[in-house]
Amino acid sequence: MEETKKILNRNWKEFLLDYALYFILGLMIIGVVIADHSFLSLNNMLKILAQASTRGILALGVAGMIVLAGTDLSAGRILGCGAAVSASLLQSVTYASRMYPNILEPINMLIPLMLSIFVCTFFCIINGFGVAKLHMHAFIISLGTQLIAYGVLCLYIDSQKGGAQPIASLDSRYIDFVNGKIGGVFPYLIIYAAICAAIMWVVWNKTTLGKNMFAIGGNKEAAAVSGVNVEKNIMGVYIVAGILYGIASFLEAGRVQSVTTATGLNYDLDAISGCVIGGVSFSGGVGTIPGILIGVVILQVINYSLYYLGVNAYLQYIIKGLIIILAVAIDVRKYIAKK
Amino acid sequence: MAETYLLEMNDIEKQFPGVKALDHAKLKLRAGTVHALMGENGAGKSTLMKCLFGIYKADVGQVIIDGKETNFTGPKNALDNGVAMVHQELNQVLKRSVMENIWLGRFPKKYGLIDHRLMYNKTKEVFDELDIPVDPRTIIGKLSVSQRQMVEIAKAVSYNAKILVLDEPTSSLTQEEVEHLFVIINKLRNRGVAMVYISHKMEEILRISNEVTIMRDGQWIATEKAADLTTDKIIKLMVGRDLTHRFPPKTNVPGDVVLDVQNLTGKYMPSCKDVSFQLKKGEILGVAGLVGSRRTELLETIFGIAHHESGKIIKDGKVVNNKDSRTAIKNGFAMLTEERRATGIFGGMSITFNSVIANIEKYKKMLFLSNGKMNSDTKWVIDSMRVKTPSYRTAIRSLSGGNQQKVILGRWLLTKPDILLLDEPTRGIDVGAKYEIYQLIINLANEGKSVIVVSSEMPELLGICDRIMVMSNGRLSGILNIEDATQEEIMRLAAQYI
Repeated sequence: MEETKKILNRNWKEFLLDYALYFILGLMIIGVVIADHSFLSLNNMLKILAQASTRGILALGVAGMIVLAGTDLSAGRILGCGAAVSASLLQSVTYASRMYPNILEPINMLIPLMLSIFVCTFFCIINGFGVAKLHMHAFIISLGTQLIAYGVLCLYIDSQKGGAQPIASLDSRYIDFVNGKIGGVFPYLIIYAAICAAIMWVVWNKTTLGKNMFAIGGNKEAAAVSGVNVEKNIMGVYIVAGILYGIASFLEAGRVQSVTTATGLNYDLDAISGCVIGGVSFSGGVGTIPGILIGVVILQVINYSLYYLGVNAYLQYIIKGLIIILAVAIDVRKYIAKK
Repeated sequence: MAETYLLEMNDIEKQFPGVKALDHAKLKLRAGTVHALMGENGAGKSTLMKCLFGIYKADVGQVIIDGKETNFTGPKNALDNGVAMVHQELNQVLKRSVMENIWLGRFPKKYGLIDHRLMYNKTKEVFDELDIPVDPRTIIGKLSVSQRQMVEIAKAVSYNAKILVLDEPTSSLTQEEVEHLFVIINKLRNRGVAMVYISHKMEEILRISNEVTIMRDGQWIATEKAADLTTDKIIKLMVGRDLTHRFPPKTNVPGDVVLDVQNLTGKYMPSCKDVSFQLKKGEILGVAGLVGSRRTELLETIFGIAHHESGKIIKDGKVVNNKDSRTAIKNGFAMLTEERRATGIFGGMSITFNSVIANIEKYKKMLFLSNGKMNSDTKWVIDSMRVKTPSYRTAIRSLSGGNQQKVILGRWLLTKPDILLLDEPTRGIDVGAKYEIYQLIINLANEGKSVIVVSSEMPELLGICDRIMVMSNGRLSGILNIEDATQEEIMRLAAQYI
């Protein structure tokens, strides 16, 4: 009797601790709604979701690396490079100081999309090679790639005839394709993100690559003994991430309609935070696509509500930092072996 | 007599630096039989199995399967050829489902996507056949050890394994679970599968196996029909060896009681349960037991690395509360851990660093550390422990195992402990260095320090201890005075609560 009580007591506490993050975030959102009822309007919600879309696609890519018990610090800068490529090729042909004055007719949008995907995948392959073949820690290799990608982005933007200026004045087709809304209400962006998420759900749950990714992240030794080609599958995960980064960069350029050297800054950290809040464990082998989506949306809701409430911008950083620490602290304590 | 064997391992030899792990070892296995492989810890059972699976390459000897000489390149290669092993430490992806673990590396597919229904059905088929009551979709980490083990056996069956090695399969199972395992083993035997059954448990072996091979010191000793053997006979074959001159003369004389451990129980099971004993000044107390008998956990609980749920530790008449290792060190305890490389040495650091690290507070002079004091203490460690090293600054990992162990022992002596907890102090050390470690332990006892030695090598305990306490499944099953202690008696006690 006494024993059961003790165990129940312990379980109750554990439950509270394990889900503390969601309780706190829930309370925060309730607080925002009480402070301002208009926060809950349909328009506001769709706006938040649209904003979360490109970050969400990026997070879907980063999540794979976290499941592999790694991470990716370079995602944001890689996205910056991809965005610069898309934007520069899709500047309005009537804009005098466009980057490629030789483009006189609007080009097929598929071309810049493919080129962005190509550029992003190239950087991801460097990361993947470092992790799979050179056995570097993902943190270190992606730290290096981050700097390289940033350098490339700056050189590219600087190479414009008029010197370093934002790549803007984009083709209206492109802007419509990204920022359009069904019936003027429902943003296309949400649909693009949903399609990516659905495909990624299939990849994670229905393909050998997905299953092997979880096995490698959960127990590399067991995976290798079972005949999984560890290197090949790690490379596969990175290539899939590259494709997602490419799509996200294409959409992000169209969304903000101006690409500068700052594009993509800290996006990787947002993506990682979203994954962690959504239950992708840094110890590897754990994570779900719906979880990641929820994490990204929650993070965007917090961003937006802090902004909405007019919280000091510097204070916003502090609050976001605390949330990330809390998320990881809770995640880690689930896996501590008790002695 | 022309007999056909499914597996023949002939005259296997394997040399490691300083040790001959296998010396003309052999094993002959018939289809549709269970063949027990027995021997003390370190007798070479696992090494022999590793040679079978290609994890180690034998220096000499041949492996013949179905009449053909075979050289597997690794466990996966062996598995593909119908040779599987269920390890004592199960290597599974704990966070994934049962069926994913079984089909990992060869998922059934339809239109390029994984066919979950087919995977489920195939798993279910194997489970039904073997009578394993587990839902293939369960997350494997949620299963009990016995269920996880059965999943591993089912995995081997799904590969159509014809040779299956079971390494201590019952070490963490309850009696009922053991019965269930035996039902499965019998089913496999009837299907013609040949099984190697590695275990220490005499009764089980006599019950389940057809033949028994006994190894000692890397050598083949005997292969007999199980029906012709008794527990006594097996023990004699396992331990019969000469003990003279392997140990220094015992000169220490135990005095009054210094440590009184009462009803110590760990907080997070599996751990020690309700353990009570006393330790005298200048005494060497051995702790014997099988793998999984929670000897390490007992030491960890005393030393405060592991939490205790209940029980008391009384030192010099006062209750001490070792809530963590720092407090324990202050209270005069020291602990040499079992995994020297993982939790003992700081491999890349110098002898000096490794000597003073547990005592670092003592070298503070104002804000900084005093080099002179640290160097003189390091000199003391090297001299008194007779460490063979080119210099103080040598990285400890470049020393031999025995010399590393001496440095760590010296490290702990610098903290001026009264009670030393030594967990497998001679593991992975060659015979000559072992003698030196034994001598050091006896010298410490002579100086009035009390020592608790956990060891899996029974002769070692019999050679240096004053008393031997035997643990079985987390509990204390008996304390023997050295005059009354025999390997047979220790073995009997070690199996008491299993």
